[in-house]
Amino acid sequence: MTLSEENKKQANAQRFGLYLGLASIAMLFTALTSAFLVRQGAGNWLFVNLPIQFWISTVVIILSSITFYYAKAAHASANISQYRLLIWTTFILGIAFILLQYMGWLAMANTGVYLDGNPGGSFIYVISMVHVVHVVLGLVLLAIVSIRTTIKSHNPDHLHKIGLMATYWHFVDFLWIYLFIFFQIKFF
Amino acid sequence: MSEKDIHHGHHEHPKGATITDHVHYQDTEGVIRFEEDHGHHDADRNKKNFIHTYIFSTDHKMIGKQFLITGIFWALIGGGLSNIFRMQLGFPDVPLHFIGAIFGDKWAPNGVMTPDFYNMLITMHGTILVFFVLTAGLSGTFANLLIPLQIGARDMASPVLNMLSYWFFFLAGLVMFISFFVPSGAAGVSWVFYPPLSAIRESSVGSETGADLWLVSMSFFIVSSLLGGLNYITTILNLRAKGMSMAKLPLTIWALLITAILGLLSFPVLLGAAILLMFDRSMGTSFYLDKIYMSGIGAMPHEGGNPILYQHLFWFLGHPEVYIVILPAFGIVSEVLAVNSRKPIFGYRAMVLSMLAIAALAFFVWAHHMFVTGLNPFVGSVFVFLTLLIAIPSAIKVFNWITTMWRANIRYTPAMMFSVGFVSLFISGGLTGIFLGNSAIDIQLHDTYFIVAHFHIVMGVAAFFGMFAGVYHWFPKMFGRFMNRTMGFIHFWITFVGSYCIFWPMHYQGMAGVPRRYYSHGAFESFNKFGGLSEFITIAAIVVFLAQLLFVFNYLYSMYRGKKMTDLNPWKANTIEWTTPINPGHGNWDGPIPTVHRGPYDYGKDGEDFIPQTVPMRPGETTHHG
Ligand code: HEM
Ligand SMILES: [Cu+2]
Repeated sequence: MTLSEENKKQANAQRFGLYLGLASIAMLFTALTSAFLVRQGAGNWLFVNLPIQFWISTVVIILSSITFYYAKAAHASANISQYRLLIWTTFILGIAFILLQYMGWLAMANTGVYLDGNPGGSFIYVISMVHVVHVVLGLVLLAIVSIRTTIKSHNPDHLHKIGLMATYWHFVDFLWIYLFIFFQIKFF
Repeated sequence: MSEKDIHHGHHEHPKGATITDHVHYQDTEGVIRFEEDHGHHDADRNKKNFIHTYIFSTDHKMIGKQFLITGIFWALIGGGLSNIFRMQLGFPDVPLHFIGAIFGDKWAPNGVMTPDFYNMLITMHGTILVFFVLTAGLSGTFANLLIPLQIGARDMASPVLNMLSYWFFFLAGLVMFISFFVPSGAAGVSWVFYPPLSAIRESSVGSETGADLWLVSMSFFIVSSLLGGLNYITTILNLRAKGMSMAKLPLTIWALLITAILGLLSFPVLLGAAILLMFDRSMGTSFYLDKIYMSGIGAMPHEGGNPILYQHLFWFLGHPEVYIVILPAFGIVSEVLAVNSRKPIFGYRAMVLSMLAIAALAFFVWAHHMFVTGLNPFVGSVFVFLTLLIAIPSAIKVFNWITTMWRANIRYTPAMMFSVGFVSLFISGGLTGIFLGNSAIDIQLHDTYFIVAHFHIVMGVAAFFGMFAGVYHWFPKMFGRFMNRTMGFIHFWITFVGSYCIFWPMHYQGMAGVPRRYYSHGAFESFNKFGGLSEFITIAAIVVFLAQLLFVFNYLYSMYRGKKMTDLNPWKANTIEWTTPINPGHGNWDGPIPTVHRGPYDYGKDGEDFIPQTVPMRPGETTHHG
């Protein structure tokens, strides 16, 4: 087996491992949203209209996925200065998302929906908090990957890491869109 | 150095390792580099010091041993706890002064334990044995030891995540251990942690700080399991040696693969349940709590939650969890039975398919733990049907194990004895499962000693037997020495007979309605007739526990003094872990990884006693063991 073939095997293994990790995160949210659904079906449910901050944060996280997409493309075509710009934009959008979520929670509290009130509100708080934890984790990893890939000289191995990072990022993005839509639906 | 320099630039080769197959080894290591490419490993990699080799090791074999030794530690604690509460059940009048000495006098005034202490003991006993010993100790040990060795890989896909998996487990254990010594004691709400008892701090002593620590500890534990499982699956599916197709995998590997998949899909659900519980406990939410009036406190502020929701989430993990515990034992036992019967495992493909079927069904039967929760009877009948379906793949497995031994020239080793014992236990405990799977019968038997008997035989003791079989069998691979046979047989007979003595009588107690999780049955006239039986059970439990000390002694003694291994393949087995050097270095094979040509169960084929997996197929030879 040649070296590059061996390396490809490991790159595939890592990507595969990442998918497994995403599958287990997906199971966590499946559990939480099923609990949401079952509880909603039991009645005595406060339906919460999501505050405007959550709408904005949704746009922001979608934008961050788009900038990440182009960042990766820029790196692939060895356009490093553009890559640098786009990847840090992604990073800043990620921070903006977290701040907006935080403002969203404050706004919910301002309209009288408290964490310890009716489960209809509590679920939204807790599920979105657990989601934010995954975004924070993503940001930490993104910071590491960005620093490494912008400071160190260009290296084909970087693209692989950026690819893995992008997959994770798009995943938490889609996860939020799913949750966002889920919270808006009156199931019962 | 040259090829590597081209590829990895500045990385140094670990000179301490006894590897000659440089190209391969460095590439396997490449995976590590992707993750910790900070440059620090350039430093003193060749000075493999103590910390690197024994503590923060990334060698899967060492991590496997770490899981095993930690598992043994917890087994002694968890088992010891059971002896203490069995004393309360069998001999409530005998004062136990050591309880006060270890845990503080308030738990056992004058040597008589309090009900709160009893609850703490059973909770910790269940948690420790189910999760720390039979999940981490069993899967962690054998997945780490066997996966790379039996599929022909240098190490796990990510040795660093693998190491982290162990250290999260260690941390989980540390937190659990500390929880024994906080003022309100460890958690005392039983291992299933049902709310409202677990969700309201004021509801019992065991619901206070101990329960917080339990939740923290379990969260670490879940992270550990996920990291481990992710690695095991990735490794098995991506890093197999040349020729090692899925159909040539030893059944141990199939079992560990399916176990890891179950864990990866079910542990996150437990984490979700635990997160909601933590919020209910600490943030005043009402996920699991509805209006509750507590004497001495008044009305609780919670409203609108449902405790049954927790049970659904818990058992969605909980039922797959029991298979996470037993599947590795399935794999080990299949391997050991075939090797020592000198016959191919009967129906390799059926063995794999039945494990897959059991694993798939495991996700659709959780409500059989909830027949008495007011479940809609129609829904209940669906769960009865799905539950009883599990009997089919289970029966296939039992049939195939027995057929493998049928008319075999059996070689009796301690590992083989424990494997045969496993089959016996699995039959005994599986049969009572069929009783319990019928909701009409379960309504009578639920929460009685019948349940305790059922799951200790089919899961607790059986999984321990799988673990013992594995340790006796692969001890030479771990330490280059054999465990003492005589001590092994004594250990087997006492444990086998003793375990039946402990758990068989419990069926009768359960059928008579004796409830589980009671501190004392003395107040109930109708249960008094079981006093003598309870004493007998307690004595048997103590004897069995003492026999385990013999095992631990044998283990430690043999590590240093055991008979040395001289033959590479002492059991004359086909699998490729026996082609490595006696004390394999990090990287496992000195030369290139062997190529695999045939399935793992070519025993007694074409007049040959055994044909290792590395032997090429002869012209015209067929793989008749499908
Ligand atoms: C034919 C197969 C089996 C069937 C039909 C079955 C059925 C059941 C049922 C219905 C219960 C609930 C009883 C109750 O609480 O009222 C139960 C409890 C239990 N079973 Fe099984 N079982 C089977 C095999 C197994 C196996 C293979 C394991 C583990 C390896 C296992 C482990 C357990 C455990 C741990 C509990 C009790 C948990 C608790 O309440 O603390 N069972 N079983
Ligand atoms: Cu079950």
